[in-house]
Amino acid sequence: MEKHEFHVTAETGIHARPATLLVQTASKYNSDITLEYKGKSVNLKSIMGVMSLGVGQGADVTITAEGADEVEAMTGIQETIEKEGIAK
Amino acid sequence: MTAKLSGIAASDGIAIAKSYLLVEPDLSFESKNISDADGEINRLSDAIDKSKSDLEMIKENAKKTLGEEEAKVFDAHLMVLSDPDLISSIENAIREEKINVETALQNATDTFITMFEAMEDNPYMQERAADIKDVRKRVLAYLLGVKLPSPATIDEEVIIIAEDLTPSDTAQLNKQFVKAFVTNVGGRTSHSAIMARSLEIPAIVGTKSITENVKDGDMLIVDGLEGEILINPSESELKEYKKKNEEYAELKKEWDRLVNEKTITKDGNHVELAANIGTPKDLIGVKENGAEAVGLYRTEFLYMDSSELPTEEDQYQAYTKVLEGMEGKPVVVRTMDIGGDKELPYLKLPNEMNPFLGYRAIRVSLDKDDIFRTQLRALLRASVHGNLRIMFPMIATLNEFRQAKTIYEEEKEKLTNEGIKVANDIQVGIMIEIPAAAVLADKFAKEVDFFSIGTNDLIQYTMAADRMNERVSYLYQPYNPSILRLVKFVIDSAHKEGKWAGMCGEMAGDQIAVPILLGLGLDEFSMSATSILKTRSFLLELDTNEMVELAEKAVNDCETAEEVIELVNKYTKK
Repeated sequence: MEKHEFHVTAETGIHARPATLLVQTASKYNSDITLEYKGKSVNLKSIMGVMSLGVGQGADVTITAEGADEVEAMTGIQETIEKEGIAK
Repeated sequence: MTAKLSGIAASDGIAIAKSYLLVEPDLSFESKNISDADGEINRLSDAIDKSKSDLEMIKENAKKTLGEEEAKVFDAHLMVLSDPDLISSIENAIREEKINVETALQNATDTFITMFEAMEDNPYMQERAADIKDVRKRVLAYLLGVKLPSPATIDEEVIIIAEDLTPSDTAQLNKQFVKAFVTNVGGRTSHSAIMARSLEIPAIVGTKSITENVKDGDMLIVDGLEGEILINPSESELKEYKKKNEEYAELKKEWDRLVNEKTITKDGNHVELAANIGTPKDLIGVKENGAEAVGLYRTEFLYMDSSELPTEEDQYQAYTKVLEGMEGKPVVVRTMDIGGDKELPYLKLPNEMNPFLGYRAIRVSLDKDDIFRTQLRALLRASVHGNLRIMFPMIATLNEFRQAKTIYEEEKEKLTNEGIKVANDIQVGIMIEIPAAAVLADKFAKEVDFFSIGTNDLIQYTMAADRMNERVSYLYQPYNPSILRLVKFVIDSAHKEGKWAGMCGEMAGDQIAVPILLGLGLDEFSMSATSILKTRSFLLELDTNEMVELAEKAVNDCETAEEVIELVNKYTKK
């Protein structure tokens, strides 16, 4: 299982473009990928789930990937997050 | 016999094409229990697949006609359709609760819609709720086997038939194929009418029942000159209207010769014919129609076409484009006129009983002055690129003007202190649309640089009649002597202080009003770009002295609007 914590820096939080990009990236992999915030966990491949968390700027979130391609998945997600300046 | 229907002629021209009904279909369904869960799930995936391919097509179309940015909303719709959590929750409901797919879809989406709509401090999420509703509509339509209109995919010449058209409807239209609009409600100043004039296609509004009388695909003739619609016309009628259309085209060609001419009356008097615009894109029409200025730049589209407040930089770019595009000709920019019928979801303005008498325009700007200051800074920075004039809308009292002017001066000084160049000849004026300001125009004239009379609102406020309400539409009387007296007082007051007075309502391009306005000494006439050449050709034939005489009679002797119309006809049809 791959697990990583992030501190959200994007002005819009994980809404709009950042949310779209994360879901698009996560959907490329077979692993189960979750986003956890304030004790609630959602499927990172579900745009509605991700948006329902209401993650704002400054939030601390955890992303977990579990499955055959979990390492690639986490690398891919980290790349997107860095490239788009979504979180640190 | 060909069925005929009439309405208010809102945009000139003649169109002959098939109808396209832009009407919401009935999507009601019955909730019931099912036994064949797999069958229901197959229906769901089938409907989703079809909806997806629709949306892909709409997205591609939107990219071409509206641009990348506008097309992104369809990406959001596509993601909702691919959402694994949403789909599995619908499937689970079908299997476990044994309910039909329509009900399961409704329930699952309702959960998210309710959740997103509850995030009241987050307008972005509320828009996403609207996305989900939109997507649900599409899938439901496939499940129920009804056709959903998709204006973005129109690929043949059509006449759009609708109850009314909203800005979001017209944004999706592929304008290349739209030949005319016909609607049930509305007047000359409603969105569909203004849009039609800027697209230079005919429009008839306020027909009350066009959507009931026309079926999808009926052949129609739309005569925007007379306000008549012929449904499934005969061969001879088609011939007759084709000829009428050609004659109209000839007349337009005559007008086109006047594009580069100045507007000079028969006796050599120059008046300024300006255009009303909403976005920098409208400059094309301004040029093609030979406007001598922009008399009204409605900046609210910058706010309405966006999901958040436009930044200073965004605004600066837009204002600069317009100022540069006009190459030194005057540009009157009206500061944000939000409220009334123009809502901004992200501003969270409260719903009001009487939005036209409520919190709108300068009232919002003075209250939320951070938004106002951003707009003024953008305008001031852009001022070095052309001939800028700033106009405050909905001013009722002198104190409002003074307050707005003070904020303007403060921002100007701040910019100067920051070392940013600002033009030093910017005129600052007000829109006269509230009777209180019109009546006190002599006092205002001492402090403002100019007036622009916004007749659409001035008439509705003076007559106390909602211009969108069909039942009281008879009170929308631009030629009523009461209105003419207000207009005269405003113009005279401006001139007494050496200031200028313009008009930026529909009245400024109206064939009955123009002769009177010329007689009253109006300096600038601002109208839809497409009305300019017609008005110019008309003004060339008018003699100022005669019109002064006419205006005096209209203001002093006439008792009713009808008398005024009769009088004008006597003077202009010699």
